[in-house]
Amino acid sequence: MTTVLERVRSGREAAGERWRSAPRWVRWALLIAVIAFFYALPNREFYQYLGPIPTPGANFTQVMFTVSIYVLLAVGLNIVVGFAGLLDLGYFGFFAVGAYTVAVLTSPSSDLKTLWPWLLAVPVAIALTMVSGVMLGTPTLRLRGDYLALVTLGFAEMIRIAAVSSEFLKGQRGFNQIPHPPGQYADGRPVFGVLDARPYYWLVLTLIILVVIGVRNLTNSRVGRAWISIREDEDAAQLMGVPTFKFKLWAFAAGAAIAGLAGALFAGKQNFVNSQNFELLNSIIILAAVIFGGSGNIVGAIVGGGLVAYMIERFRGIELFGVELYEYRFLFFGVVLVVMMIFRPEGLIPNRRRAAEFKDRRKEVTVGE
Amino acid sequence: MLLEIEDVSLLYGRIQALHGISLTVAEGEIVALIGANGAGKSTTMRAVSGIRPVASGRIRFDGEDITKLRADLRVRRGLCQAPEGRGIFPGMSVLENLDMGAYTRRDRAGIAQDLNRVLELFPRLAERRKQPGGTLSGGEQQMLAVGRALMSRPKLLLLDEPSMGLAPMLIQQIFSIITEINQQGTTILLVEQNAQQALARAHRAYVLETGRIVKSGTGADLLHDPSVKEAYLGVA
Repeated sequence: MTTVLERVRSGREAAGERWRSAPRWVRWALLIAVIAFFYALPNREFYQYLGPIPTPGANFTQVMFTVSIYVLLAVGLNIVVGFAGLLDLGYFGFFAVGAYTVAVLTSPSSDLKTLWPWLLAVPVAIALTMVSGVMLGTPTLRLRGDYLALVTLGFAEMIRIAAVSSEFLKGQRGFNQIPHPPGQYADGRPVFGVLDARPYYWLVLTLIILVVIGVRNLTNSRVGRAWISIREDEDAAQLMGVPTFKFKLWAFAAGAAIAGLAGALFAGKQNFVNSQNFELLNSIIILAAVIFGGSGNIVGAIVGGGLVAYMIERFRGIELFGVELYEYRFLFFGVVLVVMMIFRPEGLIPNRRRAAEFKDRRKEVTVGE
Repeated sequence: MLLEIEDVSLLYGRIQALHGISLTVAEGEIVALIGANGAGKSTTMRAVSGIRPVASGRIRFDGEDITKLRADLRVRRGLCQAPEGRGIFPGMSVLENLDMGAYTRRDRAGIAQDLNRVLELFPRLAERRKQPGGTLSGGEQQMLAVGRALMSRPKLLLLDEPSMGLAPMLIQQIFSIITEINQQGTTILLVEQNAQQALARAHRAYVLETGRIVKSGTGADLLHDPSVKEAYLGVA
């Protein structure tokens, strides 16, 4: 068992080494090929040749849209959990704030009756989620560790309960006729319609690429170094002159803003938002996805978010001994997570630093014994 | 005086860890703080570096009252601590750790110069520059912590137990380096359990007992003080 594991590990390390030592143009070519693949993926002409990859029980294009939203969320949560090391159990709450902001500002069922176009509501949604992140973070980020996890958990529940029971947020009835993103083809048909999910997927994919470029630049800057130092040893970071509170708040706000964007995109696609969209489970799934993929690593977060969201949908419509596997999707998910945490706690594609931190912590435990 | 601590008390919850401590450090000195486990040495360091808020009293640094100043802003004013034990960044390489030490600085030329100086002081670190900090031995981590603090080019360097857990030969070595750093112009406030070495190297020293300063004097005086000898040097 261990030998197999070690072989897998050394093989993966060799792959990582080869990637890092590959010439620039090879890496660029591969990267462009991967991106092109994902742009092509929702086209029936393309995915029909991909064997078991398309989902049998659900419209594959719709699934890909859901997957892309999860990837965007995982990239955002990775900033909070992976880079700054803050345990956020209520990340989906920010997604809800983004979606509801768009709904309230644009939908005819809203009490405000502002009827804004979607595009105008998006920056407001992002700004408001960021503000809610700062409001939540300011009192709690001064505390360490577990407090934050509890408060964020409470926050997500608060948002959900407000959505269920507040008259202003319409509960189960929800908001309908939320406008779609703008844009028309030459013949006057809207680009973003009801039936075809591809334009939404492409939009999210493009935004993911932009967000990833932004996050990469951030992490390679002083901001990123500050985040990593906070994650590794908060006291030491402060002793080196890092304003830890400020940077934790920044990580929190940046993560929240990305979730707000995802929420706004979701609302614009779905056309309808109600309280059933925001279960606590979603927060947990995204957190699990980030850890599963390899927290602290952008590629890891993308792979984790994508795989987890895709696997859940992939179970749909598969029957085994007369049982619909979809019903047991979270059981499988749980088993995979437990196995992962035993054999590979640093995630599928770990950050090299993060792996060293894990080793260091293991050493600390043995020293303590 | 570079650093003046005046009647500082500090609480951990309901437990009073420091009872009105006063001490001073003049520019160019090595000042040692010795005492048994739990006497409040590290707590005093935390109060000076700002990791822990004080309950009462005043701390002045370089002519400015810093009692309520945030820890990271104290670093910008030239006060930097090498935390005790494993206070390095385990996932960052040696060079990245040292780079974090210069976090508050922007003068690239000066940083490069100081990096060379630190790597000269600690040749071991130069050998392991690409290695993650967490994979270093205890002694190397200690050197890294000291080197990293130096990278901020502090006016006052706070060293918390620099010899903790080190082999005797390494202890000698690290104290020689501390003396060298001081001779190059950095003032040092040092907390030590290894009273022998600390007193031998320090210009002045304070003895802490249960959160109070019970004795002070030059290093040489305390080294020959009968009660200090008995309590901290292991000879009657």
